[in-house]
Amino acid sequence: MSFIPAPISRFFHRTASPPHFYALANRFIPWLTVLFLLLLIPGLYGGLIMAPTDYQQGDSYRIIYIHVPAAWMSLFIYVLMAVMGGIALIWRMKLAEVMLISSAPIGAGFTFIALVTGSLWGKPMWGTWWVWDARLTSELILLFLYLGVISLHGAIEDKRNAARAVSILALVGVVNIPIIHYSVEWWNTLHQGPTVSKMDKPSIHISMLIPLLLMAVAFKVYYAIALLQAAKLELLKRESSAQWVKNLLEKTV
Amino acid sequence: MTLGSFLDMGGYAFYVWTSYGITTAVLLFNLLAPIVQRKQLLRQLALKQKRPQR
Repeated sequence: MSFIPAPISRFFHRTASPPHFYALANRFIPWLTVLFLLLLIPGLYGGLIMAPTDYQQGDSYRIIYIHVPAAWMSLFIYVLMAVMGGIALIWRMKLAEVMLISSAPIGAGFTFIALVTGSLWGKPMWGTWWVWDARLTSELILLFLYLGVISLHGAIEDKRNAARAVSILALVGVVNIPIIHYSVEWWNTLHQGPTVSKMDKPSIHISMLIPLLLMAVAFKVYYAIALLQAAKLELLKRESSAQWVKNLLEKTV
Repeated sequence: MTLGSFLDMGGYAFYVWTSYGITTAVLLFNLLAPIVQRKQLLRQLALKQKRPQR
């Protein structure tokens, strides 16, 4: 790690040390929870009550306020997992391994939500629960990648070895991410093209866009909270015989 | 807008509320499961530590 300046390297090692991270997570979780509610409540109010009814889709379009943020999260978390996998493989950083495996169920949850809400939106609008089009199929593959990461990690007894295997799987699977993103442009899909990311002129009215963005940020903060909770558990499992856990137990008992 | 028309979602109540319901359930599960498991683990570890070591 010689090409990283010493103070930065020291900062990372200190922050990434399990007891320090555990204490830091405890300090951050209440603030993140407040922030989450401050985003979620106006997001839901704006999306379900304030935003006007769509002139073509009626009120069924209100599924967008969870469907699109969940789909964004499903891609975002997978990319983060691949980055964590890279860090874990190169520097063998324990915290990166923990973050990678702790993210997998959360990412799988968001992928599942994107698929199910898409299906529930597709039925009244397209007339079908499911089609094997490029966008839907590649998102389903993403769900299998998440489940693959979870079961591979569970199948290998030694957690350091498991983390290596899972890191490689996460890195290889990242190929699927641009395929999902560009699927609606590369192929003729039943799924519509991008609405929001055309930044020059998003084809969505501002009163519908604001709650959508609030929900998107709220889901990001939720991910941070859920990740910290899962990482705390994973750290305790791995370090159950370490001195800092013994100290922690003496404090709580 | 009345509460009734809000709940009805322009006739799409089933699709909209099922979506929001499933989302809430999944997100709550992923948040609460590690908290419950951590409490169990801490209890186990505390018991082990209390046991006199020979």
